[in-house]
Amino acid sequence: MEALLLSMKLAGCVAAILLLIGMPVAYWLAYSNWRGKFLLESVVALPLVLPPTVLGFYALVAMGPRGPLGKLWIALFGHGLAFTFGGLILASVLYSFPFAVQPLIASFEGVDRKLLDASAVLGAGSLRTFWRVILPLSLPGLITAVVLSFAHTLGEFGVVLMVGGNLAGVTRTVSIDIYDHVQSLEYSEANRMALVLLVIAFAVLSVVYAVNRRVWTPWAAK
Amino acid sequence: MDAVGGEVNGAMLAARIRKERHRADASSFALDVSIEVSPGITILFGASGAGKSTLLDCVAGLAAPEEGRILAAGEVLFDSARGIHVPAPKRRIAYVFQTLALFPHLSVEENVAYGLIHLREEEKRERVGAILEAFRIEKLRKQKPGEISGGERQRVALARSLVTEPRTLLLDEPLTGLDTELKAAIVDDLRAWNAAKGIPILYVTHNREEVNALGERVIALDNGRVASAGAPMEVLDAPRRKRLAQAAGFENLLSATVLDLREADGVMRVRLGESACEIEVPLGYAAAGSRVQVAVRAGDILLATERPHGLSARNVLEGSIISLEQRGTMVVARVDSGVTFVAHITPGAVRSLELMAGVHVWLVLKTHSCHLVD
Repeated sequence: MEALLLSMKLAGCVAAILLLIGMPVAYWLAYSNWRGKFLLESVVALPLVLPPTVLGFYALVAMGPRGPLGKLWIALFGHGLAFTFGGLILASVLYSFPFAVQPLIASFEGVDRKLLDASAVLGAGSLRTFWRVILPLSLPGLITAVVLSFAHTLGEFGVVLMVGGNLAGVTRTVSIDIYDHVQSLEYSEANRMALVLLVIAFAVLSVVYAVNRRVWTPWAAK
Repeated sequence: MDAVGGEVNGAMLAARIRKERHRADASSFALDVSIEVSPGITILFGASGAGKSTLLDCVAGLAAPEEGRILAAGEVLFDSARGIHVPAPKRRIAYVFQTLALFPHLSVEENVAYGLIHLREEEKRERVGAILEAFRIEKLRKQKPGEISGGERQRVALARSLVTEPRTLLLDEPLTGLDTELKAAIVDDLRAWNAAKGIPILYVTHNREEVNALGERVIALDNGRVASAGAPMEVLDAPRRKRLAQAAGFENLLSATVLDLREADGVMRVRLGESACEIEVPLGYAAAGSRVQVAVRAGDILLATERPHGLSARNVLEGSIISLEQRGTMVVARVDSGVTFVAHITPGAVRSLELMAGVHVWLVLKTHSCHLVD
């Protein structure tokens, strides 16, 4: 149970952080005319194709006491970043980045450009246009981004193992807990946890598809 | 005429704009106009592709001209020489798009209040209430744009633009798809509103009927240039500019009869001379049955020795070569296809196609290579 709560906490933090970072990044990727944009798009999509262990490995090296991030963290807070909850959040944010950013890009790009022009000629600057037009019309994408980054973080294994290790109450997330149970041949324990994850994953994906199929919409669609 | 360079009085909109536009088909297009719009409705008339929307985008600040100067109500909005480019949100130029671009997630009331940014709540309510009443849409306050009719949406778009008390109103074919009666009712309300405000309104259309019905003044745009300006009747029946066309290098000047107008496609079909030859030309200021002059440059005509197919060019005419005459590095071909065309081709083309007098050929003319000369 402790592991499940820890996973939930981790996924919640990561989803919130990703929403905040993801919005400006997605906005820039959706609307910038810079020709080298594809490079950043590739970087954003990297975690989709890299094995989690590769990402976890580099995150671990960077966070270690000799890594740049680790050094900075020690200077700031007096302790290292690897094998802590903070380190886990950081690595998970990297790992789930595309799951938050890509739905946001897609929904920002889906907003009719004429609406943005209309907003501009009505005197709205780009910030006002973002809050009053782009964001409300991208609500399904926003929900998808939060839900997917939450779900994806909940189920991660490789990155957590590399960066967090397996410290009960600190970095032992539910997927690692399941692995532990299986290793100790406690199959009924493992099954209970696995079932919970399965149900959560199904519920979460149902929300995403319902939102995108407009089964539920925040405004009257025509 | 060039008020843009000197002083402009009152509420007038004045713009001198040069803008290159590169199309996907690699044919470039230059907008090069100087216009003045006084208070009241001025129609900007021209076929699609004449540069009407580009002109409006430049005035609104959604596009930047390469060169020029734009003034509205005495304030400089754009001046390439002085490096002035006021961004769109600060121009106070209202712009109603063809698609209207109402915010689908906001109610009619919220749409209309959108541009009132720095006002106190009660003042906002007052202004919104007054304009909703002026455009007869107060009952729709709480509705979303998706729930109201086309005519009502057009009224909402007008109200949303005008509530901000703009210096100028730009309308890009806002009333397309409405029947004449509804259109007239909306325009009446617009006129009534503007009787008090007296701002210049630039109304874009490619529909001849609207020109007659609405405009006090008309500016006719053709291929990026002002073709004529003045009262609707003067502009629409502009004096023939035959000699001008010849001077500009149109070797083919053919009289034709208009068969039908296809406004949606921006074209019309004409029959050349007394022949059975029919071609498609850009929509012009003409009615079915009227006589027009069509000018085509000899260099814009393609010759083929077999019937071409799979072309984007809309006019393929059958004929036979009357004569070939070498002039320097160019061959002048005269082709009979009911009427006589002059085409310029290269000596290499003559050799490889084995052209000679009497050979059967097909002439290919792009619609936009056929210029109407009034």
